[in-house]
Amino acid sequence: MAKDKQNYFASLGIDGRLLGMIGALVALWVMFDLITGGRFITPRNLFNLSVQTASVAVMATGMVFVIVTRNIDLSVGSLLGFVGMMMGALQVYFLPDLVGGGHWSIWIITCLFGVTLGAIIGSFQGWVIGYLAVPAFIVTLGGFLVWRGAAWWVTSGQTVAPLDPVFKLLGGGVEGTLGESLSWALGVFATLAALWLLYLSRKRKLAHGFLVKPFWVELTVAGIIGVVIVGYAAFMNAYPIPARAAKRIYENKGLELPDGGSALVYGIAIPVVILLIVAIIMTFLAKRTRFGRYVFATGGNPDAAELSGINTRMLTVKIFALMGALTAIAAIIASARLGSADNNLGNLDELRVIAAAVIGGSALSGGFGTIHGAILGALIMQSLQSGMAMVGVDAPLQSIVVGVVLVLAVYVDIAYRRRAGL
Amino acid sequence: MENQTPLVEMRDMHIAFGGNKAVDQVSIDLYSGEVVGLLGHNGAGKSTLIKMLSGAYKADGGEILINGELVEINNPRDARGYKIETIYQTLALADNLDAGSNLFLGRELLTPFGFVDDDAMEAETRKIMSRLNPNFQTFSAPVSTLSGGQRQSVAIARAVYFNAKILIMDEPTAALGPQETQMVAELVQKLKAEGLGIFLISHDIHDVMELCDRISVMKNGKLVGTVRVEDVNDDDILGMIILGKKPMKNTS
Repeated sequence: MAKDKQNYFASLGIDGRLLGMIGALVALWVMFDLITGGRFITPRNLFNLSVQTASVAVMATGMVFVIVTRNIDLSVGSLLGFVGMMMGALQVYFLPDLVGGGHWSIWIITCLFGVTLGAIIGSFQGWVIGYLAVPAFIVTLGGFLVWRGAAWWVTSGQTVAPLDPVFKLLGGGVEGTLGESLSWALGVFATLAALWLLYLSRKRKLAHGFLVKPFWVELTVAGIIGVVIVGYAAFMNAYPIPARAAKRIYENKGLELPDGGSALVYGIAIPVVILLIVAIIMTFLAKRTRFGRYVFATGGNPDAAELSGINTRMLTVKIFALMGALTAIAAIIASARLGSADNNLGNLDELRVIAAAVIGGSALSGGFGTIHGAILGALIMQSLQSGMAMVGVDAPLQSIVVGVVLVLAVYVDIAYRRRAGL
Repeated sequence: MENQTPLVEMRDMHIAFGGNKAVDQVSIDLYSGEVVGLLGHNGAGKSTLIKMLSGAYKADGGEILINGELVEINNPRDARGYKIETIYQTLALADNLDAGSNLFLGRELLTPFGFVDDDAMEAETRKIMSRLNPNFQTFSAPVSTLSGGQRQSVAIARAVYFNAKILIMDEPTAALGPQETQMVAELVQKLKAEGLGIFLISHDIHDVMELCDRISVMKNGKLVGTVRVEDVNDDDILGMIILGKKPMKNTS
């Protein structure tokens, strides 16, 4: 019976593991909502949850490629700290002298600099791993120590503040959101784009004469995607900006606060938009490019990849360069959110990122992992932590629960894979 | 046949790994429409010799001639350029990918925008599979879920699809049942009739005597000799493999 069910889902092309993760997430949310008396599933909490998840989730998408190729990157947390400090120092100490304080280009130069720096450091680590054949565990363990130390040296441990006001919007504060109408627009646009892609894929398959899923299945899947996206936009638009902050926004624009209070709402946070863009690009890389295909082939059988003429060393360099660039994007989000850069930025993030990727179904034995799984994994971890904090679970107990859940999740994943014969 | 230019000629090939001469001054050749068997114990150097042809190893010395022209093969990509395809003992499939992805690994079909075109690859895979192994129906599952014979079909399809002129089969039937072994045998005959040259590595003498035109035997990295199948019997071959002794009769 259970087997029949599995086959049924498989025949509909629905990933059982994905369903399980969504089920676990929903169960967590409902449980915390019940315990806290309805304080968990609120626009305010989900807004914070999505912003808190963004930084780790961005890195987790890169960690998928790293883990799929049987590598590991322990340096991302420290690298985040170093790149964050470098970007902070650049925009606070150097750029104001160079282009003038408050200049419009400061945030752009800072971001480009950060992403380039991250990619260069990542590719250097990848080069040591790929070409000098030092195990990734060791190289990135070294990086873990080196970059945390280097982060301190940037300012001799001083916190860099305040960051550029436009740069800070990327962290998703009160003003770092799309606002009401843009959020609606994004929701509708994303839904239409998803439907269009589903339609194109179906058309292509029909053109080749392949079997396609029953039409009602595609329609249901499309419907669920639409409801989730538009629902999220609606939920974020239901989170009003507090009166005092709203007053400041009106004043900055030279307007009077309207009678009866403001109607301003948060809408979708900019870090979430960044995560969305990263997720789309990474999924596309994984599924539709040679690079992505070679990542998975190398993870599945490195010898086969080599014999097929794939340059697996160069591939390693590229994967770690990508990981470095994504770490820099995460550093942008994390420091912008804080409004400052300090030496503690990204501390222990490597463990959160690896946990997110692994809970999301990336197998350390290589060959398996999905981008959407890693993002869901990050969301599950963050939900668990926020929820426990909200309920008032003691910090030591929180760690214990997270640790147990991590091991349990991987066990379930292995058992599932074994049963599916993969 | 002797007057023809050989399809492949490997002259004085040698390679050593840390002082151990894995292949020592070995010369063999292969004509089109011919199957040459490579026999010898484990560690005799058969696979190593052939890996210099397929580009998996770079030779320390020796010459490789394709159609009489001296060529340089430094990696698998070079070998593929000379229409040399290899079916490895270990199959060399990425277990986590589906049949189409494996068939086209390293040579993906792309859309006009340069993206991987999975649907086109699946369509091509279906076409070639209906020719090679009509029972093959699993196109979207990872190849780890397939049987040994089905996996071998994928490996063979990969070699055949790209119009190989020279096919290297390294223990192609080692992991297969009798029926599937028969399928591979029939395929070898078919490809031979199409004019391919095939190197068949095996330590199953029976297999080799049945399928090959000539047999080259190796022992301890050296070539014992090359004989025509009709000139020898099983015992002669065994003598060559075990004792490294060339049979007394005329050899080619």
